[in-house]
Amino acid sequence: MLQMQEVSKVYRTEMVETHALRGFNLNVREGEFLAVTGPSGSGKTTFLNLAGLLENFTRGKYLLDGVDVTGLGDDARSRLRNEKIGFIFQGFNLIADLNVFDNVDVPLRYRGLSASERRRRIEAALERVGLAARMKHYPAELSGGQQQRVAIARAVAGDPRLLLADEPTGNLDSAMAREVMELLEQLNAQGTTVVIVTHDPELAARAQRNVHIVDGVATDLEVRHGLLTPLRSSGSTTPARAG
Amino acid sequence: MLPRYFYYVDLALRSFRRNRVLTGLMVVAIALGVGASMTTLTVLHLLSGDPMPGRSQNLYYVQLDAAGKEGFTPGEEPDDQVTRFDAEALVRAKRADRQAMMTGGDVGIEPGRPDLDPFYAGARYTTADFFPMFDVPFAHGGGWSAAEDQSRARVAVISKELNEKLFGGADSVGKTVRVAQNELRIVGVLERWRPTPHFYDLANGKYSELEQVFVPFSTSRDLKLDRSGSMNCWDETNGDETGMNAPCTWIQLWVQLDSPDRAASYRDYLTRYSQEQLAAGRFARPPNARLRDLMAFLDYRKVVPSDVRLQTWLAFGFLLVCLVNTIGLLLAKFLRRSSEIGVRRALGATRRAIFAQFLIEAVTVGLVGGVLGLGLACLGLWAVRHQPTEYAKLAELDLPMLAATFALSLLASVLAGLVPAWRACQIAPALQLKSQ
Repeated sequence: MLQMQEVSKVYRTEMVETHALRGFNLNVREGEFLAVTGPSGSGKTTFLNLAGLLENFTRGKYLLDGVDVTGLGDDARSRLRNEKIGFIFQGFNLIADLNVFDNVDVPLRYRGLSASERRRRIEAALERVGLAARMKHYPAELSGGQQQRVAIARAVAGDPRLLLADEPTGNLDSAMAREVMELLEQLNAQGTTVVIVTHDPELAARAQRNVHIVDGVATDLEVRHGLLTPLRSSGSTTPARAG
Repeated sequence: MLPRYFYYVDLALRSFRRNRVLTGLMVVAIALGVGASMTTLTVLHLLSGDPMPGRSQNLYYVQLDAAGKEGFTPGEEPDDQVTRFDAEALVRAKRADRQAMMTGGDVGIEPGRPDLDPFYAGARYTTADFFPMFDVPFAHGGGWSAAEDQSRARVAVISKELNEKLFGGADSVGKTVRVAQNELRIVGVLERWRPTPHFYDLANGKYSELEQVFVPFSTSRDLKLDRSGSMNCWDETNGDETGMNAPCTWIQLWVQLDSPDRAASYRDYLTRYSQEQLAAGRFARPPNARLRDLMAFLDYRKVVPSDVRLQTWLAFGFLLVCLVNTIGLLLAKFLRRSSEIGVRRALGATRRAIFAQFLIEAVTVGLVGGVLGLGLACLGLWAVRHQPTEYAKLAELDLPMLAATFALSLLASVLAGLVPAWRACQIAPALQLKSQ
């Protein structure tokens, strides 16, 4: 589903050169539930931005669902993002002016679907996250957990193959966080590949597989009885299954 | 594709509702700029327009240098009008497709009705070709003939206004009108007609209204009707400035030449005519004839008042200031929505889609500003109509200017929206999402 080979990302300013990712290798298989952990500044968010085609990498190769994204233009990257990836952000990132229905509609608008098809998908997505009754509500009228569920509905309305979540429970209390995690697990069980970036070891432990990033280098960890042990250092592309 | 643009318009309207004050400021800025520009542009358009669209390129004004030797400077412009002798000679020669000589005057009209007192009316003394050459519209009858010019016929053409005043608007052809104590038979009644500017005789007011009575030139001389307008004499006249051989220029001479070749050969003819007159001793100066087409003549005579041009420049300068302000306000408004742009980009919006969305928002502001600007332009023109100027009554917004108002507001808003929309579409989604 997601293959990164020797991917590097360097941020350059006039004064400094920062290597956010170096020789990064990762292979995420279809249907996996992967957690990416690591300390602040380790390169987690850079990985997520590259994986989500929000930024270009400096070197290496990245195949998304078999498509080599190297050198793709803005239109092609935007189309890939729209069709294959769903994003869930820590801050929900709902558009305040739009009600729940219209927020979920945003990615579908850029796909050029008919109004009836969009409506069908929006209603199905909101049904999935249990918010079908709140379609006309505005984000400000919803709780944090509800807002994140709307964001999840928005992410899945377009039937993406890959869900990328950046600290999806970071702004939620533990009960709501559990609810959101269960929802992500359900989506994964239905076949969607899920990659979450998190600081939370408890959350990471619920994933099938963990990748730890330190100084822009990935290390695969095996999840066994809630304990994380190194499986193979830097550059592993072998997925480890929970259990 | 179209539904997507409706979506952007819907988003623009939502954005307006969210930032009412900021949006209001932008609308007012564009409206003021458009209103001021359209007011002055309308006045300029009315004053500098082609009074004979489709015909002006074939209508030419004749100038000959018949003045005395005194004060002669080689290459200088000849007098703006011609002598009666030259005008009659050139009309008689019939070298152009049509030719008409003319001058203005004021005549006393005696209505012959107890309910109407005698009054003065503007008159034009001209020759038969005046009417077909300027495509003058008739409600009843028509112009007089060249034969009637020669026979000094007691005939007249009257304006629609005079016909309404004297005959209640009925067909008065065949009736008589008493002009300066002479009975003239009416041969034609004009439709409403107001060439702007009053190109065929600028000496009697560049934007003056149409004359009310038209009389054959020969008849006017016979009846010694009063004339008006400028006159330039360079020698003794013995009290007869309008006589056949008077050394005075006071006649306007227009000719119609239906092709550039005809114009070139007529220009040669005027030079030959001048040489002949010089040889005959009538002219004292070397041949210096001018033949300008209508628009070139208006340009030469600087018909549009210079203050109107200045006002137009100032108004467009003001529009520019309004635009710069609008650009600043749009930039502030769009960049405040960076997080929304970041989300839309992440969810699949291309840079082009973001650019289109924000440009449409700017254009929507411009169109609303344009509607308000149209109202302000109407107000501005109302103010112009109450100015003590010759052209005041003409200041009305016509259909082309109405279209121009919307085109201008559209152009202004696109120009104002380009940079902010470009900046908006350059926002990197990654940076925006990280900062949440």
